[in-house]
Amino acid sequence: MASVEWKSSVVTAAGTDIHVTRGGNGPPLVVLHRDIGTLDHLPFYDSLAAHHEVIIPNHPGYGASPRPDWVANVRDIALVHRALLGQLGLNGATLLGLGFGGWIAAEMATCAPNAAEKLILVGPMGVKPPTGDILDQALISYIDYVREGFHDPAAFARNYGLTLTTEQLVQWDLCREMSFRVAWKPYMYNDSLPHLLRGVQAKTLIVHGASDRIVPASAAALYAERLPNARLETIANAGHLIEMEQADTLASLIAAFVAS
Amino acid sequence: MHLMYFTEQPMKDYPVEAGNDIGFTSLLMSNKHFDPVAGSRLYNEFLENYIYAEEMGVDGIMLNEHHNAPFCMQAKANVFASLLAGATKRVKIVLLGNPLPLSDNPVRLAEELAMIDMISKGRLVSGFVRGGGQEQLATNANPAYNRERFQEAHDLIVKTWTVPGPFRWEGKHFHQRVVNPWALPLQQPHPRIWIPGVISHETIVWAAQHGYPYIALNTSIEDTKRIWQRYDAAAAEVGYTPGPENRGYLIRCHVAETEEAALASARQFLWMDGEFTGRLKPVWASPSGYFSPSSRETFVNFIAGQSASPSRPRKTFEQQVADLQIIAGTPEQVVKSLRKIMTETRPGIMAFWGNDGRMSQKDAQTSIRLLGQEVMPALRVTAKELDLKCPFEADMPVSRAWANAQTAQAAE
Repeated sequence: MASVEWKSSVVTAAGTDIHVTRGGNGPPLVVLHRDIGTLDHLPFYDSLAAHHEVIIPNHPGYGASPRPDWVANVRDIALVHRALLGQLGLNGATLLGLGFGGWIAAEMATCAPNAAEKLILVGPMGVKPPTGDILDQALISYIDYVREGFHDPAAFARNYGLTLTTEQLVQWDLCREMSFRVAWKPYMYNDSLPHLLRGVQAKTLIVHGASDRIVPASAAALYAERLPNARLETIANAGHLIEMEQADTLASLIAAFVAS
Repeated sequence: MHLMYFTEQPMKDYPVEAGNDIGFTSLLMSNKHFDPVAGSRLYNEFLENYIYAEEMGVDGIMLNEHHNAPFCMQAKANVFASLLAGATKRVKIVLLGNPLPLSDNPVRLAEELAMIDMISKGRLVSGFVRGGGQEQLATNANPAYNRERFQEAHDLIVKTWTVPGPFRWEGKHFHQRVVNPWALPLQQPHPRIWIPGVISHETIVWAAQHGYPYIALNTSIEDTKRIWQRYDAAAAEVGYTPGPENRGYLIRCHVAETEEAALASARQFLWMDGEFTGRLKPVWASPSGYFSPSSRETFVNFIAGQSASPSRPRKTFEQQVADLQIIAGTPEQVVKSLRKIMTETRPGIMAFWGNDGRMSQKDAQTSIRLLGQEVMPALRVTAKELDLKCPFEADMPVSRAWANAQTAQAAE
């Protein structure tokens, strides 16, 4: 695979600075990252960039995007991203939401239910699981929370290394603080979302890791039931952090879905 | 000098082995291990001891609250404050304090506190705290808004006490159609507000800016001095010079007839695995957003299990005795150590955490008796020599805002 040239810039949307990384060529695909932020580089992103122009914004208050004090819920984040996409001329871009980012993507879709974009939700948070609960990160350390995200315990070190830097811990802490600000209570869901999903026309792929210990399978099933044009795929040997554990499988599923 | 008695209200009859099995003794330790029969007996013993402390001559009873843990049985400071309002006659009832961010309705707190002040005939000192990290989790208060909620709740309570209703409150975290409680404090303009703490610089500065006494919780002499430097600098910036009346100090102090007996009992201050708060996961003590952003790098390593607690460095019993953070002995020995603390740090308020852990009721009461009857009278003499006045003796204004309003009124 040819190496991808990634470029970062700061774009102001809804009055707040958003750090955006872009790379690759093809139809645009926006990646909405997780509640733990994102690593700067992932082989998965390179795979996507082989077929797409990939746009990875840091959510307001996450990663390199500063925290606007007024952002109080996930819908606020969704609308900042809507403003961002409008500004970048990316209104029809495919939205790929990972976990917490899946919730954001779903909120973005409900805000423009007739948009022509495609939607990919990977282990999405945002709905109250009909059975089970979304794992509460407030009760476990940053490291344990990420560990819970993998099917294979060895995947943690493969992605994050054997020793963690203070910088990584600070990043996780900043992300966690922002997640608390927007999703503390109820924890990681919006009661009105399952109702609003019924109105979303976007063609949607929902992906769930067979051994996801963070978001119960019932949440993905609820999304599949409520979204009128959705299909649910389950990936074996994957936990919640599918893009870091089964990157190729996920990338292939996405390529086939976008091409269809 | 104001001299108070304090106990954490330990749930000493919890099964230790249960904590050892799971590796922690807080937040998620199942309350199936809580024995209400023992709880009933212990609550009544605590009440008996508070009343006894008044009889033995203390000036105040200090109360606090914690949740979901055997180290402290008091889940609502206002409950014991209410009991003491009726059951005691003379002592100040010093709440250190109500954890404001845990409340979704500060007007109800203002109402309860006004009732306590009236029932006690004006003996309430209404301290406020942010609450510990795990209290946020135990009560589902968002740690990321902890300080904002603390400050806004404080502002709303003081306004409720001092501005005639009805008025409306549309804040960021609290919203009230009608603020107009038919219960107002007896003390005018409102009960004194004291602010306890350990490490948070922001809280020290905030207390100094408001002119509220700060109560250093069992810090080392050196750390206490650093707290006063910071407090004094913040006070100077808003135009006043603090004195001993702005300074309080809580010390673990157990007194017995012999040094051996005192030291043996004082070990109970570390009754929960070398700590008094018991074992807890660092992430519970410091949820994200709760601690100061300026300390983020220090705290994240603590939370990740890569360094010790930045707020309470772990020390052995012997070290703590040597550093005068635990004082134990005969009245004469204890007075000598306390004089050193008073001379070095010049507090106008002192709280004595007299007993803890599995200490017997008899030993607890012996300590209370010796503290009240022998130690405190000697300390009052020292306080006179050192000119250590408490807020009541110094007739200190209840707040800078109040002092400034009085000055402005006089100028008109």
